[in-house]
Amino acid sequence: MNTPIAVDARNIGKIYATGKDAVTALGDVSISIEKGEFFTLLGPSGCGKTTLLRCIAGFETPTSGSIHLSGRDITYIPPNQRPVNTVFQSYALFPHLSVAQNVGFGLKMLGKPAGDVAKAVARVLALVKLEDFADRLPQQLSGGQQQRVALARALAPEPEVLLLDEPLSALDLKLRKEMQSELKRLQTETGITFVFVTHDQEEALTMSNRIGVMSQGELLQVGTPHDIYEHPVNRFVADFIGETNFLEGVVEGHQVRIGTGDALDVVLDGQVGAVTLAIRPEQVSLTTAGAGIAAQIAETTYLGTDTHYDLKLGDGSHIIARVQSKSAGTFNVGDTVSIAIDAKAVQVLKS
Amino acid sequence: MNKKRAFDVTTLPGFTFIAILSFVLLYAPIATLVIYSFNGGNSVNQWGGFSLQWYVVAFNNQAVQDATVRSLIIALWASVISTTVAMMAALGTTRRGRFKGQTAIYMIINQPLMVPEIVTAVALLIFFSSVKIATGYTGLGYLILAHSAFCVPFAYLPIKARLEGMDTSMETAAADLYATPWQTFRYVTLPLLLPGVIAGAMLAFIISLDNVIITEFVKSAGQDTLPTYMLGQLRRALTPEVNAISTALLALTVLILIAFVFLTKKRE
Repeated sequence: MNTPIAVDARNIGKIYATGKDAVTALGDVSISIEKGEFFTLLGPSGCGKTTLLRCIAGFETPTSGSIHLSGRDITYIPPNQRPVNTVFQSYALFPHLSVAQNVGFGLKMLGKPAGDVAKAVARVLALVKLEDFADRLPQQLSGGQQQRVALARALAPEPEVLLLDEPLSALDLKLRKEMQSELKRLQTETGITFVFVTHDQEEALTMSNRIGVMSQGELLQVGTPHDIYEHPVNRFVADFIGETNFLEGVVEGHQVRIGTGDALDVVLDGQVGAVTLAIRPEQVSLTTAGAGIAAQIAETTYLGTDTHYDLKLGDGSHIIARVQSKSAGTFNVGDTVSIAIDAKAVQVLKS
Repeated sequence: MNKKRAFDVTTLPGFTFIAILSFVLLYAPIATLVIYSFNGGNSVNQWGGFSLQWYVVAFNNQAVQDATVRSLIIALWASVISTTVAMMAALGTTRRGRFKGQTAIYMIINQPLMVPEIVTAVALLIFFSSVKIATGYTGLGYLILAHSAFCVPFAYLPIKARLEGMDTSMETAAADLYATPWQTFRYVTLPLLLPGVIAGAMLAFIISLDNVIITEFVKSAGQDTLPTYMLGQLRRALTPEVNAISTALLALTVLILIAFVFLTKKRE
């Protein structure tokens, strides 16, 4: 593990206003983003992810802590002197400039000769497949095209780090999916470090090398999408990433006894006493009544490839199962079934 | 059309009548003035046939020519100076976030709109006469300065409105793309602000062109502007020449106002 670090944020705190009105946007966040990485800051709105991004861009100055870019302390350097560019949520394209002028803006401000700027603009526009739109004004383009211009504009100066602030949130689902793979492609092709902010966990899982999950100004967990999904550190992360069932229980030997009186096999890692079990719906398998936890089907939702079953357990709690529609037989509301859960699929969290 | 709207003034009885009456009362005197500018006779209220003679008279009148040139010079300078000052004031008040004493600053900038003009006129008369004695300068500079001062709020308001409607994200994006604060202003803020600046300058130009009270107090001998010249004429014989000059002035103002409306509307 000797990958050079692109962005190193150390103990970043950001408090807005003072005295009684003080709002803590960032508690004490430390994060190291590797060079060439696609790093996603994931969290609900107001969790501080955008504030952290704005601190890296230089639009905000942290109240405490420091930010280093490739080893250089940039905490108090103004944004125009940071080799960092941003794709804004609103795109913030200059309405009075053509697409080509927008894309070339950064290089022009850096004082690059007009010929070099033109060459770079042509290259970047080709990269985002907008060669034919160079002379248009931004408002003559569709939302998806504007998005690409914003991307091209931020990529043109070849920044060390590209910051993306929920850039896909204004696009419709189909376009969003396209742009997700497009972004991933651009990141691989350019090798630029991407720091991507989103509240969309699916987006984060599909695109990132690593994800940092944030909540209420704190960084809860950093890891690969696989780590975060399979081994969430706490209930918040488990709940935020994908759908999760939570069952309360008490450790008894190698098992956890839940409210229904049933004991579940789990893989324990030293936990004792009251715990919360996190179980992904796709890990819950159903069989016609037999061994396992008895449950009654309260509701079924057909979702195409999958069917969701809302199961009512003996103690009145509910658990969701997601089963491939074509597998096995289907169950109907009112049926009594038996639930089986693989011990390795159960995450044991501290209550 | 939303029929459920609780109150709509246009549905009240007599609305049309009152509206038309108001417009008639507003514009009838002006219409009369315009009509009599084409009077063939020597009276401002007795019709003597259609003629353009008073326009010819006004056009060939050396005093009118001089006053017109003077008015235009003053209005041009005043609009340039006041718009520049107003733009800086607008940038200062809208681009720094909220600050202490903001309301007080707004009041000070818009002070010429609230202080009675006659008070400003007397104050300037006294102030400039001391300056004249001290410096010996008696040119148009005093009038230009005085006009610039009271034109500031008129130029300020459209520029401020434009700035407030402008997203600061443009400036943030420029800074992100390596633009220094000056480059940000030059390449992003100013071009986007331009319609507001031009609108402000036009408004200032009209306000300056039209001013009587302050000009009357501040001007030296032989520095009549078009409005003060006309005022002077009223004390002597009143001929339709005044109507002709007024109509020409009105036409110019209307033209500028139309351009103003066009410019401020275009941004939507």
